[in-house]
Amino acid sequence: MSQTPLLLARGVEKRYGDVPVLERLDFRVDAGEFVTLVGASGCGKTTLLKMLLGTERPSRGELLLEGAPLPDEPGVDRGVVFQRYSVFPHLTALDNLVLAEEFALAPLTARLFGAARRQARERAAANLAEVGLGQAMARYPYQLSGGMQQRLALAQALTMRPRLLLLDEPFGALDPGIRLEMHALITRLWRERSLTIFMVTHDLREAFTLGTRVWVFDRLRHDPQVPDAFGATITYDLPVAARTKATPDIPSPLIKESHA
Amino acid sequence: MKRLVNLKPRPATRWLLGALPFALLALLYLGLSSQRLADNPSDRLLPSPATMAESFLRLASEPSARTGARLLWSDTFASLERLFAGVAISAVLALVIGLACGALPLVRAKLSPLVTVVSLIPPMAILPILFIAFGTDELAKVALIVIGVTPFLIRDLQGHALRVPAEQWVKAQTLGASSWQLILRLLLPQLMPRLISSVRLALGSAWLFLIAAEAIAAQEGLGYRIFLVRRYLAMDVILPYVAWITLLAFLIDQALAWISRRGFPWFHAEEKDA
Ligand SMILES: Nc1ncnc2c1ncn2[C@@H]1O[C@H](COP(=O)(O)OP(=O)(O)OP(=O)(O)O)[C@@H](O)[C@H]1O
Ligand SMILES: [Mg+2]
Repeated sequence: MSQTPLLLARGVEKRYGDVPVLERLDFRVDAGEFVTLVGASGCGKTTLLKMLLGTERPSRGELLLEGAPLPDEPGVDRGVVFQRYSVFPHLTALDNLVLAEEFALAPLTARLFGAARRQARERAAANLAEVGLGQAMARYPYQLSGGMQQRLALAQALTMRPRLLLLDEPFGALDPGIRLEMHALITRLWRERSLTIFMVTHDLREAFTLGTRVWVFDRLRHDPQVPDAFGATITYDLPVAARTKATPDIPSPLIKESHA
Repeated sequence: MKRLVNLKPRPATRWLLGALPFALLALLYLGLSSQRLADNPSDRLLPSPATMAESFLRLASEPSARTGARLLWSDTFASLERLFAGVAISAVLALVIGLACGALPLVRAKLSPLVTVVSLIPPMAILPILFIAFGTDELAKVALIVIGVTPFLIRDLQGHALRVPAEQWVKAQTLGASSWQLILRLLLPQLMPRLISSVRLALGSAWLFLIAAEAIAAQEGLGYRIFLVRRYLAMDVILPYVAWITLLAFLIDQALAWISRRGFPWFHAEEKDA
């Protein structure tokens, strides 16, 4: 593996107007890590993901992706799944997955035809089957349950093989049982594809079962007169011993065991 | 006892409930008409259904003495042509501008104030300008519909374009979409059913502008005919024509609704009544 970390933050700070939301962010994340982000509502977890996505820029400091400044608009190197609205309502499950390939191969029409289309659909179908949506390919998102929609969103986010996968409370709206299924799925995908994942969650158990590293966000400094005077930062960066990093050099038998 | 808001009519009941007001109106008319005709058999104000049917059939089947055309059909054809031309031009304009405004903040900043101001101009007030500028033939009438309907469509579409969740914009970009591809595969398909429903709403005003323009200057057309025979108090022509226009409007509306349901099933998934 290379010397440069996958993601590096140096003195990152984010303020909206005069209100600081995040401050003093310094971290280093290597490929294959699964970082879970927890913290009180409104402390800036989504804001950090937005900066990683490129829809928001740090007010100060810098974010480096593989040594280069993070692009300030979303791109294929960073995949994302939100709690809602992550899939396209006007496309069937299969078309949702084919879309990325159509963007890549057909700049002008964004549609594939003939053999290219058939091949893309076959690949998409295989990817759908992998996340357990083999039977639901022709359905529109409104015909899918919440869990199925998030499976679709995950599969879609992975089509472009992003360097970073950003998940903002992806399972927040799901039932506990479904959530466990989703944990198994994300763990399997993370290991099989050596993903690097940032996941925001409000569920501490989820944070510790899934992450190799748990970040706790809170305000270090507090002014009782002006509650908004200071921003939050990463107050704890906890390694989770039980989870091994998803590096490509993990021997494959281990991978097979761990998602049984 | 269920709450009133939870009581849903069964299909047969719903049909009956829908037909009931029509039946009542028809009865009311029949009563008033026969009463007036009994008082004065040559009364023209509330003609009997038989007289109306007769006049209507005459217009539909007998060639006119002056032009040799069957008036009902030539009027209908002329009016629908103007209506479709006007509405089609408006829809295309609104779609293009709505897409550009919805997708591109740079365009939005430039165009939005203009659209807002233009949409506040009362179209009927500039009808004379249109007649002066375009003459009194087809162009002015189509232009009136376009001017009357387009700003509404643009504002409606732009509003919907801005309401496409930000998450979807971001997601599409993480899948590698260019600006053009975002417009083509994200915005356009999501706006199409919106356009159809906006057009359905706008058709009422489109008919209004059409008939107003025809009433003022035309040689044929449904509105022209109504205002022409008004001079002779020919209610036996006016009333069937109004019913005919209503029927046409209803059929166009239903056709659009059908196209939308067939073409965009995902859009209608959340609606209460299909
Ligand atoms: N566009 C914005 N303009 C101004 N303030 C904003 C904006 N976006 C977020 N904020 C503020 O930044 C703070 C952090 O918001 P953020 O959405 O990142 O919180 P969060 O940790 O994700 O919360 P939650 O757990 O509820 O999702 C909040 O106080 C919010 O009010
Ligand atoms: Mg959040």
